[in-house]
Amino acid sequence: MTGGRLPDLFLGRNAMEFTHVGVVGAGVMGVGVAQNLAETGHQVILVDIHEEQLKKARESVRSNIRMNAFFKKKTAAEKPDVILSRILFTTDIEQLRPSEFLIENVVEKPQVKEDVYRSIDPICKESCIFAANTSAISITRIASWTRRADRVLGMHFMNPVPLKPMVEVIRGFHTSENTLNKARLLLEEMGKEGIVVNDMPGFVSNRVLMLTVNEAIYLVQDQVASAEDVDRLFKTCFGHKMGPLETGDLIGLDTILYSLEVLYESYNDDKFRPCPLLKKMVYAGLHGRKNGRGFYSYEGEASFATAS
Amino acid sequence: MEEKKMKIRGFLARFFRNHELRDDDDIFALGFVNSLLALQLVNFLQKEFAITIEDEDLDFENFRTLNNMGALLERKAANVAALA
Repeated sequence: MTGGRLPDLFLGRNAMEFTHVGVVGAGVMGVGVAQNLAETGHQVILVDIHEEQLKKARESVRSNIRMNAFFKKKTAAEKPDVILSRILFTTDIEQLRPSEFLIENVVEKPQVKEDVYRSIDPICKESCIFAANTSAISITRIASWTRRADRVLGMHFMNPVPLKPMVEVIRGFHTSENTLNKARLLLEEMGKEGIVVNDMPGFVSNRVLMLTVNEAIYLVQDQVASAEDVDRLFKTCFGHKMGPLETGDLIGLDTILYSLEVLYESYNDDKFRPCPLLKKMVYAGLHGRKNGRGFYSYEGEASFATAS
Repeated sequence: MEEKKMKIRGFLARFFRNHELRDDDDIFALGFVNSLLALQLVNFLQKEFAITIEDEDLDFENFRTLNNMGALLERKAANVAALA
């Protein structure tokens, strides 16, 4: 068994429940979700408004599959081109029509997400389930932008998607048991497991994590320690694989900021006020790994701390 | 070959804190290499030496030591020369 990634058909099992899965948004998470689905034999329709983003997405998938095979010291079950052939990269949302399940991963801004849901809801099949891969926005709120509240849930994937076995699943106010069961099935097909939590902005993971990352950024702003030292303390004292600032870079400093803004707006609690240094870095275009520079540099050159 | 190895050593220096990387040091055994570094190393080699690292080249042996990386680069250069 090659890590459970071969399509069920090859293994003589029943056909998959979901053959066509729509993925909206080809950013960091959308690309990972699309790659994972393609690796597990699903036909993927990956939609983004920017053609340029789709090109980058294709290259990312190819590169990720190669590097995974290399670094995990095993040959990929399938060649990158075979996996890529299962993904339709398009800017046309009409192509989402055949989707039996849809995972939305657009930018963490309520207005943008609302526009997306209002445009895909009339296009997609009635039976299609919408999973919002949102960092912090209320699932119940998202469901209200559709006419299928019982078929909407949250599926908060972790980064990098193909390598993380656990997903935070969020039950919206109207989410039906049937929807949750279907979601569990899809996760199983993707080689993953889910933990179901209730709907409150930030759910479990981000409500705590955003505070940690934000406070770590304050440490750098207040010059208590350098970014490198903050991360090293967490890694060596607590055994964390990555320090909070590296994590911020990985998630994307823009995403961190938008998530904090959602939490601040949702709870009206000062503890979620974004750190001014974070805002400054995002305004300056330092978004982390996704665009080559955050607290560290990722230009393919050596990583070194760049924040003051 | 020496100049190429020096460039690679220079690139890797920041990842290998307080460690003078020798030509035959196994960079994976030293424990500093994670998947992000592996990706950055591959990208660096492709950009710096204007080569394409094919799927077949992605073998640990080729990147294990500075000597091995130097040898990989020589092979690539020889292939290009042969095709010219």
